[in-house]
Amino acid sequence: MYGWTGKILIIDLTKKTIGVETPDLDVYNRYVGGKGFGGRYLRQCATLPWDHPDMVICIFTGPLTGTISPTSGRAHILSKSPLTGLVGDSSVGGKLATRLKRAGWDGIVIKGKSKIPVGIMIEDNRVEFKDAKGLWGLDTNAVHKRIRPKNASLACIGPAAENGVHFASIIVDRHFAAGRSGLGLSLAKKKIKYILVGGTGHCKVKNQKKLKLAREDILRLTAASPALMGQFGFTCLGTGAVYDLMDNRRMMPTDNFRRTRFKHASKLNAAAYTRTYSPKKHGCLGCHILCKKIGTKNKNSFAMPEFETMSHFTALIGCMDTELVVKANERCNYLGMDTISAASTLACRREITGLDYTRGKVLSLLDDIAFGKGEGKDLAMGSKHYAKKMGAPKAAMAVKGLELPAYDPRGAYGMALGYALSTRGGCHLRAYPISHEIFRKPVATDRFSFSGKARIIKIAEDLNAVVDSLIACKFIFFAAGLEEYATAYEAVTGIETSAQDLLKKGECIYYNERIINAMNKFDADDDDLPDRFFTETGSSTNNIRIPPINRGAFLEARKKYYNIRGLTANGLPKKEKAQTLGLLWNNL
Amino acid sequence: MEQLVKKYADKLIQAKLGQSSGPSQPLVGGLDNTLVWNREADEIPVLEDVFKGLHINSLVFLKPAEPYGSLLDYLAANALKSNGLIQPKDCETRTFLHDLPVINEFCADKIVQALKKRKSVIIAPPKNNKSFKGPAIVAHGTVSPEQGFVTISSVCFASFIKFFTDYLEALQTGLATADVHALFDVIIPYVKPVQKKLPEFTPSPFPNEETVYSAIIEAGRKTIEYELVDSYFGNVSYFWNETLYISQTGSSMDELRGCIDPVPMDGSTSAGLTASSELCAHMETVSRTGCKAILHGHPKFCVILSMDCDPVEKAACSFKEHCHIKCPKKRFAGSTPIVPGEVGTGPFGLCNTLPLALEQTNSAIVYGHGLFTIGNNNFSQAFCTMLEVEDFCRNSYIKKVRLLRKA
Repeated sequence: MYGWTGKILIIDLTKKTIGVETPDLDVYNRYVGGKGFGGRYLRQCATLPWDHPDMVICIFTGPLTGTISPTSGRAHILSKSPLTGLVGDSSVGGKLATRLKRAGWDGIVIKGKSKIPVGIMIEDNRVEFKDAKGLWGLDTNAVHKRIRPKNASLACIGPAAENGVHFASIIVDRHFAAGRSGLGLSLAKKKIKYILVGGTGHCKVKNQKKLKLAREDILRLTAASPALMGQFGFTCLGTGAVYDLMDNRRMMPTDNFRRTRFKHASKLNAAAYTRTYSPKKHGCLGCHILCKKIGTKNKNSFAMPEFETMSHFTALIGCMDTELVVKANERCNYLGMDTISAASTLACRREITGLDYTRGKVLSLLDDIAFGKGEGKDLAMGSKHYAKKMGAPKAAMAVKGLELPAYDPRGAYGMALGYALSTRGGCHLRAYPISHEIFRKPVATDRFSFSGKARIIKIAEDLNAVVDSLIACKFIFFAAGLEEYATAYEAVTGIETSAQDLLKKGECIYYNERIINAMNKFDADDDDLPDRFFTETGSSTNNIRIPPINRGAFLEARKKYYNIRGLTANGLPKKEKAQTLGLLWNNL
Repeated sequence: MEQLVKKYADKLIQAKLGQSSGPSQPLVGGLDNTLVWNREADEIPVLEDVFKGLHINSLVFLKPAEPYGSLLDYLAANALKSNGLIQPKDCETRTFLHDLPVINEFCADKIVQALKKRKSVIIAPPKNNKSFKGPAIVAHGTVSPEQGFVTISSVCFASFIKFFTDYLEALQTGLATADVHALFDVIIPYVKPVQKKLPEFTPSPFPNEETVYSAIIEAGRKTIEYELVDSYFGNVSYFWNETLYISQTGSSMDELRGCIDPVPMDGSTSAGLTASSELCAHMETVSRTGCKAILHGHPKFCVILSMDCDPVEKAACSFKEHCHIKCPKKRFAGSTPIVPGEVGTGPFGLCNTLPLALEQTNSAIVYGHGLFTIGNNNFSQAFCTMLEVEDFCRNSYIKKVRLLRKA
């Protein structure tokens, strides 16, 4: 077998046992890796509560991981989301995936529940449980300092997860967050404080020469991408480069999505951070884009905020303080919380209470959330729960309980559809329509139209499902395509394939997620956006009008999507379609 | 979707790749919930099966007009005798298309198999095939029919470049056959001389930002009208008030309204995130030369001549597989330097070579890619230079061919 190691590590924390599964090549070729394999295991316990001891947490690499295939260094973590009850997954950078693969494992499936806090230490074939009582309560930075992983990769949780925050994250290698869906809480529930992975092996590639050619093609395309490698692109400025663009396009979520323009934005952009913090390039192991930025101030170095964090901790909550954004980002990372959900929940609170924020108030509220103090207890459940409890459910700007990222859907209708239909809730990455609606790749589409968007979203979801399984970084698809990655897959695994074959695998992976969500009673009622987007205008200019989204047009596009995806009019999977895709069928 | 399929069918005709009647009428299909075509056609049943076999939302089908039809016919026949691929060496193909697969049958299964791997397929049945007359190109898109349109334009451009570069090389090496001579003679009447009459441009200095935008839109449109780009792609910029106004990436030169990014030279915003891939080269050129206007097109004979290299010297060159990025020789088309460099900002990006060349002169050709020209004050200067250089390259090429054929 090439590309895969052929071994999946099965850990049972209740029994403290370690097992190995060795799926056939057919299984590997079908589920690919990452998200695909995670979905395979989640499906087996789909209807269990997220915190049931038999619920799985999956951490998977992909066949391209550990090879010279560009951007293949990300891991995919998947379980049932504590925040939403949906499929909960997150792609995370750093070196976790590469180390795991080099240790000889395609992935880890963790079941059961430990009685005491544990660390899981993997060093090639050796797997040990470590007593982590002494680390429980420490923030992620302190854990990193204590463990000193050196060449190994460290994934850990912070106090937020331990104290039940529903949007708790997992922090990998200090700077990389598996942020969305609350997977940190899933680890905490099993009493896992950290996972340390060291691997010294090599990944077997069938045809290294062919892989090198595929890599050259991909790098050439990346170099031609202004969004990635241009002087204002992610390599130079990080994802914060998007900030000015969102301002310019009048789609920056402001004041909890009540406006789409923040008048202070021009002073809070990536250039402003660059002047103050002189960020250096950093990135996932083996990546050449290096979008992560590490800033320095007063001899301290820290991860610079990503675009979503920059936007939500300024415009969304009504603050105009880059120092606050850096501090809030650092607090969230140390405490182990998703910055998007945290900021969005604070924005929800601001709208409901009418109370504006100071830097001190924001930071103290973040601490209160992480440590379950005062109103932090309610905020820790996320905006949907908080707004409902406060009697203002419409103030929660979330889809299926997952807070929305920093692209106002009134400024990009593909994004509107993508948010509503995403299998993990309010997520921009499932279909990532910003690629064509804003970045003009592979070609530009009309961002104020639903025309053609239903099929575009469906195809993009399939594409990104397989990208999260191969694994590659979604950013690189602003430049390259599955055409080039199919060549890489073929070179690595020796299995003949094509871009369209990979899309088909992506379709199966995505449909499986729709089935899992349907098994948990999600349907068309949940595939929707907050009312605000259909009733309130955004911040227009003479040249750019941001009207409310036409609900009729939205529903029509959603109906088309259901038809194209092979779902019922109520958004539910169909037996015939599932069977056509070779998926198991449960009576839903 | 109805509007889009019609729009891109019309653009193929405007680009003279297709025709408004006869066999070269473009056929464009778009699929959201239902499939729509720009017209009725006998090919639709087969193409509907292609839609069923692929995860796509659009298909463009074209039997290209002359001279592209004859060129493709010849190149495709040769490809079918070897590995089934046409492998042009121009920048566009190298970067985006990789190679051009050819099949010999208008059959859904074969088209699907080819399009599973590549953006386009060329169908070239044997001459005696009565049911389907080729050649034809089919290209697909997952987002918009524009993708198929761009791909087909690039296939035609790449084929044109390949035929003329291969022919020159065949003459130089004594390998040109009677067939290829004959084909050249058929094709050359289609290659019209460069228009000499300069169009009127908005005079500089430009009084305000609005005029800058208008001037850029005008320059883009005229570059298309004078056929100085392949399909509709190139880029254009103007420096005004410490800001570089530049066309956006992937924007069509005849539709620049709303597709121009103002990029402050001091880097105070990242608004250039959606600017042309060549933003970096444009900014560096402005900084080094003090010019105000930059035009970048893909005039065909500039590209062809940029790839002309003495076969004996080339055979002995240690960089012969990497001419486009490592050509070690100082080469010129007349007084216009030819520099290596790839699209964008990578280690071999043209941003490292082009601005240096433009410091010495007001035009430079990037190997296998296209021509950049600059104007100190306005687009008229840059445009005039572009016409002159292309005219020179075209005449030089034809002269070389004539001399070699005489010999």
